Formats: sequence, structure tokens, C-alpha cells
Amino acid sequence: MTYSGFRVIKEALTGHRGWGPAWRTPEPKSHYDYVIIGGGGHGLATAHYLASVYGQARVAVLEKGWIGGGNVGRNTTIIRSNYLLDGNEPFYEMSLKLWEGLEQDLNYNAMVSQRGILNLIHSDAQRDAFVRRGNAMMLNGADADLMSTEDILKRYPFLNVNNARFPIKGGLAQHRGGTVRHDAVAWGYARAADRRGVDIIQNCEVTGFRIENGKCLGVETSRGFVGAGKVAACVAGSSGRLMAKAGMRLPIESHVLQAFVTEGLKPVLPGVITFGAGHFYCSQSDKGGLVFGGDIDGYNSYAQRGNLPVVEDVCEGGMAIFPMLGRVRLLRMWGGIMDMSMDGSPIIDQTHIEGLYFNGGWCYGGFKATPASGMAYAHLLATGQPHEKATAYRFDRFETGRMIDEKGMGNQPNLH
Amino acid sequence: MIINHPLLGPRDAAEFTYLGDAKMIHRPTAWEAEDALAQFTEYGYLRDNPAGTHRELWFHEQGDRSWLVVTRDTTTHEISDVQLARDVARAEGRGK
Ligand SMILES: Cc1cc2nc3c(=O)[nH]c(=O)nc-3n(C[C@H](O)[C@H](O)[C@H](O)COP(=O)(O)OP(=O)(O)OC[C@H]3O[C@@H](n4cnc5c(N)ncnc54)[C@H](O)[C@@H]3O)c2cc1C
Repeated sequence: MTYSGFRVIKEALTGHRGWGPAWRTPEPKSHYDYVIIGGGGHGLATAHYLASVYGQARVAVLEKGWIGGGNVGRNTTIIRSNYLLDGNEPFYEMSLKLWEGLEQDLNYNAMVSQRGILNLIHSDAQRDAFVRRGNAMMLNGADADLMSTEDILKRYPFLNVNNARFPIKGGLAQHRGGTVRHDAVAWGYARAADRRGVDIIQNCEVTGFRIENGKCLGVETSRGFVGAGKVAACVAGSSGRLMAKAGMRLPIESHVLQAFVTEGLKPVLPGVITFGAGHFYCSQSDKGGLVFGGDIDGYNSYAQRGNLPVVEDVCEGGMAIFPMLGRVRLLRMWGGIMDMSMDGSPIIDQTHIEGLYFNGGWCYGGFKATPASGMAYAHLLATGQPHEKATAYRFDRFETGRMIDEKGMGNQPNLH
Repeated sequence: MIINHPLLGPRDAAEFTYLGDAKMIHRPTAWEAEDALAQFTEYGYLRDNPAGTHRELWFHEQGDRSWLVVTRDTTTHEISDVQLARDVARAEGRGK
């Protein structure tokens, strides 16, 4: 069933009795050409592009809970392509272009909102770094705009530009950045993939791999064995746990990131603001809540909840630039588990086990990557070759020293 | 999270900074070995990353600047054991 304005009006006039489920609930088959582990944004996007771009129909997505219940439904929904390094910038710009056409591609309203993102500048050194970043972005076809304090105050008059420690001296804006309704991303990809014959199987946990003579033949699941030509893991923060079942150790640690949302307010914050020096970023959701977050808690965790010192730190950062926040009540906070990789950049690659593929290490920035990650992973699975925009995301970069370390922190995952 | 420092007693985890897996105590020494690259790649970059019991290194940066080995459950944040990293390293045969 295609969604359209006509359809919405027709249903409104006939009591909304014509809507059906957006995807089927199939039983797992005994064998697929491709089994994708993880029904998050990346897994569902991979299935969609495998079917729509690479013409593959015998595909299943196995999800241990319900689709969209992982990080795709937990993140702070920010999309942007303001990266610096060659390995990253073309990839994230490809992603932003895919976001721009996503709703037409999926026939689904994902509420892609290019409200703009602004990274604040507090020192001359930071301005130099952001000018360089802006140039790197433009060289790769992205948009970047260096804004003065006066320009910023016109758009965000409530910002405290005279903070004693971090005065606001300008900002790097990407006006094409913004936010996307995160649940709708999972649902839209699921529906589009399902319509092309992909089996989306929920409540089906992968508990092990069947590996014989160095070749992966399929996966053991809570609903029996499922054979596969190719097995593609993309389980976000659970990568370490899952790949250990295939005997692999990864250049990844799992860490918790917290996020916060306030009570609903009238529109006050037109775009996304990031205050990197104080570790705080904020946007306003379409329902009116201010959505914000900051640093990770900083130690290995699978607890899906954080600790109070980080709550305090994030709120202090917010108050420093955004004093009016002190009057607002906090509605909810939560934590999600992320794969923090050793250089802060992701991995999309084959493993040393034939037929077993890996996608992970997205740190806290993988939501914006969802379309490009799906496209690049589908390309790798279907052709056996890395996608041209994702050639740097290989496992061997840690051995050969070709790290993609945006922050220059070295192999310390909690600092990326 | 409260870390029970063996010398100083219970301290707030916010006083500490975190390094990661306590296996990092065992840095490979065989830099001239045939497989030195593999050994150092594994040491520097590959992690077990378990869901459950994890032995890890915490630095008491805002306190006595000692290194501790903390045994913690990564699914509950519960801490079951804390020792001075120096004692652990010696017991495991490092240094003097
Ligand atoms: C609080 C927070 C804020 C964030 N903010 C942003 C942001 O503003 N912008 C941005 O770009 N990124 C952000 N991120 C990061 C981003 O959310 C993730 O990098 C990205 O969503 C991960 O990919 P995914 O959507 O496929 O993961 P998920 O949705 O987590 O998908 C993985 C799925 O795998 C399933 N699974 C796990 N193990 C198994 C198994 N054994 N068998 C079957 N299924 C399994 C899980 O149930 C889950 O549904 C944020 C993350 C958090 C936690």
C-alpha cells in the first residue's frame, strides 16, 4: 500500500479502516542468501539497499527484540556531515545526500528536518581548526558557513556569549544538517524492505554461528538454525558480545551514552547547537522537548543506564551557554550502549571467516550514518568489494597504522 | 559509583579516570620477535569487551594518583574487588 495525500484523505473520510500492518510477520525460512543480524537502522537500511539497489530478494533481518528498539530509537537524532578527515567526510556527505532523498525513496515520512547545526567556537585555536574543517567539508561537496558572534546572536539571542571561561567567538554552521524522526527511520526502511520481499523476523536472537572449515554456514537462533550464503552482523553496541561467539576480538569497547529530554516548550531553539568545549549539545524536538546530551560515562558498560556525575556535567555545560535551561524541568533521561572503536571511526568489512561480515564501531555518531552505512554494507555484501566511499573502514587499519582519528586521541575509546 | 580504595576507603568514581582492560598491565616485551606486530596490534587495539565481570584499570587522578585494578560487572556496575595495580602487577610476575 502506497502512502499519499489522496490516501490519507480517503482514510480520514472512511474511518481509517483501510490501513494494514506496514510489514509482514514471517516465519524464518531454513536458508537465505543473506542473513542480517540486528534490526536497527543499519540492518534495515542494508536490507533495503540490498533489495532495491542490488536486486537481492532472499534476505532476512533477524532481530532479538523488536525493530527500532535499539540505538536507532534511543539517539538524539542529529544528522550532519561536518567531518574533517578523508576517510570520513565523503562517506558522511553521501549519507546526508541520501537523507535528503530518503522520504521519496521509502515512500515514508521520516520527518527529515534540515534545521541546521552550529558548532560553537571559543578560542582562536578552535576557530583555526573549524576553518580547516569547513574547507575539508567544502572540498568534498558539503556546505559549511563560518558565522560571527553577531550572526549567531541574531538566530540564537538567548546564548550566553560572555561566559568567563568559554566566551562564544563564532561558530561553524552546516545549514543542511538537522534532525530526523529516529523511529520512523527504522519503520520506513522496514516497510520498504518488506515490500521488496525481505523477511523481517523479530524476537529472534542470534545465539551462535555455525562455522565449518573457516566458512560461516549460518546462524543459531532462539528460533532454530538459519542457513545463509552470507551472514552480516550489525548489532551496534552488542558487537563485542556477538562477535565473541564467532571467536573474534574486536578493536571496540562498549560504553554508555546518556541523553535527556525536557518538558515540551514552545519553539525556542531553531537549530542544533553543539558546545564541544563544555561537552553539551541540544536541539528541540517537534513535540517541543529540548533534547540534549554530552559526554559518555567513560567506562565499559552494558547497563543501559549511566551514573549521576555525568548528568551533573552535562547540565553544567548546558547552563554555561544556555542559562534559560535552568528554568526547564527534565522529563526523562536514558542510556544507550555504543561500540566505541579504537580510533573513533566505524568498521565495515569482511572478517577472516568466509561468509561472515561485520559492521560496527559507530561510537555515538552512527545515526547520521544510517543510509550510507546501509548502502556501503549492501555494496560489500553484494559485490564483495568495499563501497568507494567506505574504503577506509577496514579492520586492517589498526595493524597498518592508517587510523581515522578525528579527535587525535589515539587508541583510547572513552576519549573519542 | 563508589570505588573502595584499598588505602583511602570508599571514594566517588568521579575522582578517577579510566584506562580500560586490566590486561594492559601485560605489555608485550618481545619487540624483536617475528610476530611483534601481531602482538602489539593485539595489545594496543583488540579487546574482550565482556558483558559481565571485567577487570579494569582506574587512575585516582584527583586523589593519591595511584592505579587500581577494579573488578566490576559491566551489566550492573557492581564492584566486587579493588586492588592496587602495583600489587596485581607484581603478583602476576611483572616488575620487582
Ligand atoms: C543516547 C545516544 C545518543 C545518540 N545520538 C546520536 C546522534 O545525535 N547522531 C548520530 O548520528 N548518532 C547518535 N547516536 C549513535 C547512534 O544511535 C548509533 O550509532 C546507531 O543508531 C547504531 O546503529 P543501529 O541503528 O543499527 O543500532 P541499533 O538500533 O542498536 O540496532 C542493533 C540491533 O541489533 C539487535 N541485536 C543485538 N544483538 C542481537 C543478537 N544477538 N541477535 C539479534 N539481534 C541482536 C538489537 O536488539 C538492536 O535492535 C547516539 C547513541 C546514543 C546511545
